[in-house]
Amino acid sequence: MLKDITLGQYFPGKSFIHNLDPRTKILCIVIYITVIFLIKSFLGYAALAIFTALCVFSSKIPVKFVLRGLKPIMMFVAITALFNLFLTNGRVAWQWGFLTITYEGITLAIFMVLRLFFLVLGTSLLTLTTSPIALTDGIENLLSPLKRIGVPAHELAMMMTIALRFVPTLLEETDKIIKAQTARGADFESGNLISRAKAMIPILIPLFISAFRRADDLAVAMECRCYRGGENRTRLRALKMSYRDGFGFGAIILFTAIIILTNILSGRLGLV
Amino acid sequence: MDTNTKDTVIDVNNVEFLYEETDTAQVLKGITLNVRRGEFLAVLGHNGSGKSTLAKHLNAILVPQTGNVTVEGFDTADENLLYKIRQRVGMVFQNPDNQLVATIVEEDVAFAPENLGVPQAEIKKRVEYALDAVNMTEYKEHAPHMLSGGQKQRIAIAGILAMKPDVLVMDEPTAMLDPVGRREIMETVKKLNREENMTVVMITHFMEEAAEADRVIVMDHGKSIMEGAPKEVFSRVEELKKIGLDVPQTTELCFLLKKSGLDFDANILTIDECVNKVMSVYNSKGGATND
Repeated sequence: MLKDITLGQYFPGKSFIHNLDPRTKILCIVIYITVIFLIKSFLGYAALAIFTALCVFSSKIPVKFVLRGLKPIMMFVAITALFNLFLTNGRVAWQWGFLTITYEGITLAIFMVLRLFFLVLGTSLLTLTTSPIALTDGIENLLSPLKRIGVPAHELAMMMTIALRFVPTLLEETDKIIKAQTARGADFESGNLISRAKAMIPILIPLFISAFRRADDLAVAMECRCYRGGENRTRLRALKMSYRDGFGFGAIILFTAIIILTNILSGRLGLV
Repeated sequence: MDTNTKDTVIDVNNVEFLYEETDTAQVLKGITLNVRRGEFLAVLGHNGSGKSTLAKHLNAILVPQTGNVTVEGFDTADENLLYKIRQRVGMVFQNPDNQLVATIVEEDVAFAPENLGVPQAEIKKRVEYALDAVNMTEYKEHAPHMLSGGQKQRIAIAGILAMKPDVLVMDEPTAMLDPVGRREIMETVKKLNREENMTVVMITHFMEEAAEADRVIVMDHGKSIMEGAPKEVFSRVEELKKIGLDVPQTTELCFLLKKSGLDFDANILTIDECVNKVMSVYNSKGGATND
């Protein structure tokens, strides 16, 4: 049951977006997120929607699959929207007892919902089209200039790789421990919240002990394979930018320009 | 350098070791042995005999407290030679899950050469060679957790081969595997020893595995107490039993038959040999007439 969880949700493919250098994708996502927060008008959101739709379309990932990423944040979005709706000051549109909705509140709530949706869509498009290895390589590479001020770029990437490597192993182990404890009469399903939380202890303790033992074994195995940090390390797969990445950057710059234009336009025309 | 030392890859000389200063029980008590180039050496011993501790001395994971270990003439106590030694003596451990670092087989095999700073083109060649040597080329883009235990352990071996070591040390590599996986590993190791001329040191407590080696060393209480070809060592059935080790079932059968007064040697290892011997004794006793 636990085995079904996939982390990172990589969706293998050979599309234009899949083939972009991970560094390009990470940088573009950073720009994309910044731009989302710059948008001031519905016209801007329309442009954002078109751009995002084009990206999803060119990734050749089924739209349903991409939209599935929105499900887990629905609750969070709803709460954020309600807060914005009821707690924004401005011209009153509707009032009932202590509840007040303002025109500004309505606009802000819609903006907030759109922002969160596109934020998640954009980032899930990154993880869907980039393998975990490429992602960690990209992060390591982008952080490497910061090594000089003491950011452990290689170590961070190594930790992420190992964490990703051990997620399925530890999930499998958890499954085994749950079964073993159930066979010994442990009850994980009845009782109130507190007793259920307590029932987790016999799962967590063996899991932690085994994780530490694994960590120890892995450290020795890595030493045996001459691991000594990131210095002078070479890579099997070196990251390489190609003409595609030029297109990628071009597209995101064009997109930023269009968003700025919509902001100016809507300001002039007095639109929201 | 005389011919004898030239053929020695690893020389363990009177090594003593204990884990904690306060520990009264020494794990290694003055063990001396050598590993010869190209051989398949099995180190046998029950739990707590010090065999895993010995293995960790062979590539400078542990350093002897007295005595010394040299690998191709390099002393393991010299910190400056650490990576030279570790590159030459590769080590595979019991649990394949705890040795694999990367999320893709190919990347994992590349881990050691990446650490050694091998140029990219050469890494690619080595990964191909190593995966081919353990017969796992078709799995190069798989995730390790999708593979069977035996396959994972073969990937671990490939990860070591990619360093181009002189010696492959394996610390109970089959202990966590099912019989199929165990067979896979034994076949891989024997093939490497035969075809690639890889020196193999296999730490084990499975008699059937030790029986396939060229030479066997038996350890007990931190010392080497027997040494020789498998046939010689296993013929000493009673001594082995005294230190809590079993002999292969075929050897045991022949030993018991000999004890009961029949014309048997206790140096029979394989099932075929055993069957032939039983048949010939049976026939010579005139049993064939009853057929």
